[in-house]
Amino acid sequence: METIYTLQEFMLHTKNITYVLMIAALLGITGFWLFLTERDDD
Amino acid sequence: MSLSRRKFLGWIGAAGMTAAGSKASAATTHHFEGYPDSMAVLHDTTLCIGCRRCEAACNAVNELPAPEVPFTDLTVLTNRRRTTSKAYTVVNQKPGKGGRPIFVKNQCNHCLEPACASVCFVQAFKKTKEGAVVYDASVCVGCRYCMVACPFEIPTYEYDNAFSPKVMKCTMCHPRVLEGKLPGCVESCPTEALVFGRRDDLLKIARQRIVRRPEKYVDHIYGEREMGGTSWLYLSGEPFDAIGMRMDLGVTPAPELTAGALGAVPMVVGLWPVLLTGIYAMSKRKEKIAAEEKAQAVAAALAEAGEQAAARLDATMEKAKQEKTAAVEKAVKEALAADAKARAVAEIQGAAQAPEGAAGDEKDE
Amino acid sequence: MSENTATMGKPIFSLFNIVAGAILLMGGILTILRFTQGLDAVTNLSDYNPWGIWIGFDLLVGVALAAGGFVTSAAVYIFGMKRYHAAVRPAILTGFLGYALVVLALHYDVGRPWRLPYPFIMQRGTTSLLFEVAACVALYLTVLFVEFSPAALEWLGFKRARNIVVKLTMLLTIFGVVLSTLHQSSLGALFLIAPSKLHPLWYTPYLPIYFFVTAVIAGLSMVIFESTLSHRFFSHKMDAAHLAEKDTVPLGFGKAASFVLAGYFIIKVIGISTGNTWHYLATGYGAWYLVELLGFVALPAFLYAVGVRDKNVTLIRWTAAWTVLGIVINRFNICLVAFNWHLPADERYFPHWMEIGISVFIVTLGIVIYRFIVTRMPVLYEHPDYDAH
Repeated sequence: METIYTLQEFMLHTKNITYVLMIAALLGITGFWLFLTERDDD
Repeated sequence: MSLSRRKFLGWIGAAGMTAAGSKASAATTHHFEGYPDSMAVLHDTTLCIGCRRCEAACNAVNELPAPEVPFTDLTVLTNRRRTTSKAYTVVNQKPGKGGRPIFVKNQCNHCLEPACASVCFVQAFKKTKEGAVVYDASVCVGCRYCMVACPFEIPTYEYDNAFSPKVMKCTMCHPRVLEGKLPGCVESCPTEALVFGRRDDLLKIARQRIVRRPEKYVDHIYGEREMGGTSWLYLSGEPFDAIGMRMDLGVTPAPELTAGALGAVPMVVGLWPVLLTGIYAMSKRKEKIAAEEKAQAVAAALAEAGEQAAARLDATMEKAKQEKTAAVEKAVKEALAADAKARAVAEIQGAAQAPEGAAGDEKDE
Repeated sequence: MSENTATMGKPIFSLFNIVAGAILLMGGILTILRFTQGLDAVTNLSDYNPWGIWIGFDLLVGVALAAGGFVTSAAVYIFGMKRYHAAVRPAILTGFLGYALVVLALHYDVGRPWRLPYPFIMQRGTTSLLFEVAACVALYLTVLFVEFSPAALEWLGFKRARNIVVKLTMLLTIFGVVLSTLHQSSLGALFLIAPSKLHPLWYTPYLPIYFFVTAVIAGLSMVIFESTLSHRFFSHKMDAAHLAEKDTVPLGFGKAASFVLAGYFIIKVIGISTGNTWHYLATGYGAWYLVELLGFVALPAFLYAVGVRDKNVTLIRWTAAWTVLGIVINRFNICLVAFNWHLPADERYFPHWMEIGISVFIVTLGIVIYRFIVTRMPVLYEHPDYDAH
């Protein structure tokens, strides 16, 4: 684990993860909606 | 339960550490101090004599094109000059108290939290642990957002280069520093108006000078806190805004200026689909209800119409029946009437012709 | 649609063809100049003014005015306003063309355009709002392309592919709204990094919200504006459903635009208050700010309202054009007029005529492509082989 000394490095690190999570979120929520409504009558 | 509370908390903690991936966290109390022992330059403007040797050295060290006006010509100092793609540093002369000229060297201030690095969408800028903010031309797209962002108006662009234009700015002689040499400008300075050293040490030196000569110096070290602090520090005998340095930049590190907007992005990604799908589902449900209500209304209308039709049919049937009855009655009546008539005629005829014939007729019936 | 009406339209377009041809020819020459001689040869950009009208107009205005696509598709597919259905395809088409031209214009502006994919393939500068804008614009351009593709597929007769894409409509619409929200607001957030350069009246932490709200206003107004032009020049291509919308779209969209403008006016005033920049209103910049706020926000909100109340479609159409002009002024103010306000006049930027030439060229290119598409593909009419979708 590398120590982070600047706010810039910290933000770069967290935003990198956030972007990956956002892609996962968009795919995940779509799948979850399909799961949620799969047995709907209409 | 075999799982102790302490163990559980330990796991939670470990999970947290793994997720963070590094030691720093966004705990509100955390404050980033910058790289320890990073280097800086102290520019004491009260010692600068405006000889332009730093400009010449910078030009030589960075292999920049020869200037239009030679470095020995000091008349350009009074012009309002800025850094260009052919000059990483310029010295400007400003009038001081009592007409004494003040010289201020201008170059990249090597921010502790550089705005250029914050806004670069290919990470072409990087704050090194040695102190310099360096630029990597091999990934630069040339959007020039760094130039928009820089509060000190330092980065410049090779607009005249059609095929491989680069952002040009002071490197704090990072390659030379790595070799253990001084930055070109510092090395060439004849008066120690420029001093290279650890930033922490330079801040102490600067403070000492202010304390020892309060009549000579303004009580402010420019760059200590400006834009979150810079690796180029300034001392002055005149108010800094009087010598062309902005005092209204604030102390907020550049990345914090956009942190709010950046933080909103994942919230939109997370919640917008939920909100929009919700609205969609509601409008669809409304449509469905409306459709059902319509269907019911149609069915009801149809049912009503059916009843009416049945009633009408009954009425028709009744009428038909009545008509039929009436017709039968009429027919019977007519038949009876015809019969009666015939009988009457026969009676008359019989009475008139032969009484025995009439009696015979009566017998037959 | 018939040969007769097509030939009837020709005399108008022959003049159009000459003008458009001349502009495209000029654009071609300027393009060669730009890419062989560098930015210096065709622009007035400088070290103080790194962004000119290619960012201020082509990017900021272009993206805002292309918002009609997401606004209309959201209204129809998400909010269930089915009566505007016929407006979706033209809006998606102009949105797609708008974004495609924005990306084309960026090739002129950046120093090394062949490196435009670098933020995704080389190093991801995720702390930059420009990265966010680039990612969203790239994705949204793709979404718009897919959203528009049914029209092209119907034209080409690829029924199966068309039906698959139509099934994705909801997903694409929601995705489009998410991406639009993000990059429309992030374009405003680009300037958050420069509080020392942008005039305090325009600099506010609310910039991203302002940009998003004005994008909605721009989208609504552009749909009215474009439908006006389409009804004027392409009515012979329209089916009954589109012709019937001649008045319903301005009335409905005008009402929405009026109310959103009213909300925008409120948050603009709140912005002055939270920034405590009242005293700047008494300065020259303040006067110009008031022109923008009263003349291009309050006034069109009122005019739209009058138009909707009186069912005065002509007034609504003129107001739409006025509002679009207001959006252009707003983006110019933030990117050019109020930016670098602290600099002396001789360091300020004014576009070179060749920069304007390239921008005019790109807009003309958009109009020519739009005309090419609507005269061929089922945009302003339903394809006879398909039901209303």
